[in-house]
Amino acid sequence: MQPAQQLGNDRLIWMYTQMLRIREFEERVKRTFVEHPGVIRGHTHLGDGAEASIVGALATRNDGDPVMPSYRCHGYPIVLGTPTNRIMAELYGRRDGLCKGFGGSMHLADPAHDFPGTTGIIGAGIAHAAGVALTAQVKRTGQVVYSFFGDGSSKQGAFHESLNLAAVWRLPVVFILENNEYQAYTHVGLEDANYVAGQPLSKKAEAYSIPGATVDGTDPLAVYEEVKRAADRARAGHGPSLIESKFYRLSAHGNAITVPPVPTQFPKHESIEVYGRKAEFEAAKANDPIPKFRDKLVGGGILTDTQAGEIENKVREEMDEAVRFGLASPLPQPEDALKYVFT
Amino acid sequence: MPKEMMYGEAIATAIIEEMQRDPDVIFYGQNMGMTERDPMLKMFGKDRIRITPISETAELGVAIGAALTGLRPIVELWMSEFMLVAFDQVLNEAPRLRYMSGGQVKVPVVFKAGYGFAAGWAGQHSNSLYHLFMGTPGLKVALPSTPADAKGLMKAAIRDDNPVVYLQHFLLTLEKGDVPDGDYVIPFGVADIKRVGSDVTIVATGWMVQKSLMAAETLAKEGISAEVIDPRTIAPLDVNSIVNSVKKTGHVVLVDQAPRHGSVAVVIAGEIAEHAFSHLKAPVRLVTAADTPVPFSEPLEKYVLPDEDKIIQAVKSVLQRHATAV
Repeated sequence: MQPAQQLGNDRLIWMYTQMLRIREFEERVKRTFVEHPGVIRGHTHLGDGAEASIVGALATRNDGDPVMPSYRCHGYPIVLGTPTNRIMAELYGRRDGLCKGFGGSMHLADPAHDFPGTTGIIGAGIAHAAGVALTAQVKRTGQVVYSFFGDGSSKQGAFHESLNLAAVWRLPVVFILENNEYQAYTHVGLEDANYVAGQPLSKKAEAYSIPGATVDGTDPLAVYEEVKRAADRARAGHGPSLIESKFYRLSAHGNAITVPPVPTQFPKHESIEVYGRKAEFEAAKANDPIPKFRDKLVGGGILTDTQAGEIENKVREEMDEAVRFGLASPLPQPEDALKYVFT
Repeated sequence: MPKEMMYGEAIATAIIEEMQRDPDVIFYGQNMGMTERDPMLKMFGKDRIRITPISETAELGVAIGAALTGLRPIVELWMSEFMLVAFDQVLNEAPRLRYMSGGQVKVPVVFKAGYGFAAGWAGQHSNSLYHLFMGTPGLKVALPSTPADAKGLMKAAIRDDNPVVYLQHFLLTLEKGDVPDGDYVIPFGVADIKRVGSDVTIVATGWMVQKSLMAAETLAKEGISAEVIDPRTIAPLDVNSIVNSVKKTGHVVLVDQAPRHGSVAVVIAGEIAEHAFSHLKAPVRLVTAADTPVPFSEPLEKYVLPDEDKIIQAVKSVLQRHATAV
């Protein structure tokens, strides 16, 4: 059965809605740098371009399956049900933030929504995800863990050590390598041996004798199909798989690194700013996963233009409210900084 | 009823008892549970006793992930230096995740490792690196010096909801002592006065506690009464007990196997300077390892490390009984 039939219309519309929510959230974050300069401190990383990959993968989840992404982490909890106003408030460093202003953009955590936490160190979270899978295995919970990380992470020791150990222990985890073509500011062609050899990055799975597959990460249904296969396998006790999901990061790596009092802002994508490849960026924009999926649903008679417009309005209202809530939330009490070092 | 056992045995006893008490405790590391004949494997099975590849980043990172979601892993690192290859997990992951989440998660892991192997293990396997852990808020650090403390602190480490670096001293492994039976838990942050005295306060950890007690015996014969305090955990550090002793004696010698500028002694000296300065009758003296790597050959190794004689000389110098003392 085709994934579209398997999922049913309501679920497909749900997927489109989630993709849109992620995109609109990230747009509001980006706009904050312009409309409210200085409100977002430090480093913020956006997931626009990743929506089809995130939602296609998470659509395969069972209730209670933990999700462990990297520091580019806004999109996942949005799909898992974390209130977007609390995520925005966290990015703004406010008291009502998801982590009360202790974490910020790179360190979101919401264990109540199966989101145990993220780390800002490239690749480190892959080991944590394998550990969450160890809990599932030892406690026989039947959960599958979703580990997301970028192409850059796949050159870290944590990636290789964790895949090896997860394979030896047959841990119930799906490793999803999000190949968005840029490792921070560096093109994948400058730093990945498989890429240099003209081979897919999923080839790395062979080193650990686990299944590896490469999928079009701009097509949520293609991602769904491949991740479903891996999740079913993990749930059946056969261990991990590696899936390379290929898409294009549509924003720069992060906001420009500025020193106060210069306000932070978002630069142009590295393809233009660093490499001068305007055509590459334009092609990626033309292949934007969101209008593509909308056209598919409307073309297939699953969604009408009117319905799509209603969804878009609702999502816009939600994110208006997220920004309002974030800006209205008070800053934390300074002395609270001494809390939470220990239990 | 207390039972005489060796330091290493006391640690194993604590782990076994805690694993019997709590099914969430798991124990894994390199070169352990290798065959079906392994007694721990027989007791607890393959789910809870595991062997790992030589992959410290994965071993520690996996423990952190498991701890985030309800297990209480103990990772056997064997040597504290092996943590250096996975320092991100030790210093920048385990102690940060709770804080960064605004208190939503906890990370109850124990990183268990030996240290201080001053028996010809040279520059990379005999270090005392605890200041690195101590200086990382969010980590607790235990340095047991006796079999009883080894058991009580291991039990406390396993039950703690925070990440704990549990450092056992290699040269104490075969030391014997009375160990209380059953549920013997030593709370963290409570120093133990190993010997009561009135003239000078000696603060020491690990193997250096034994050296300090031997020095105190010798000094007693010369009429000098030394108090020996073992903080037992250096994070949290029981500053009060040390300060109270200093107020009583007015003289302090801080003994530490770590190199001077990476020692607990310098931290304690700072606390004493702030909290007990007016009670000091002489400057604080530090007896630490030299600021060198640990050398291989025996006379070189002995030269850089603190010993009984160096402690005795330091005590005499702070008491100004020894005119030639530095």
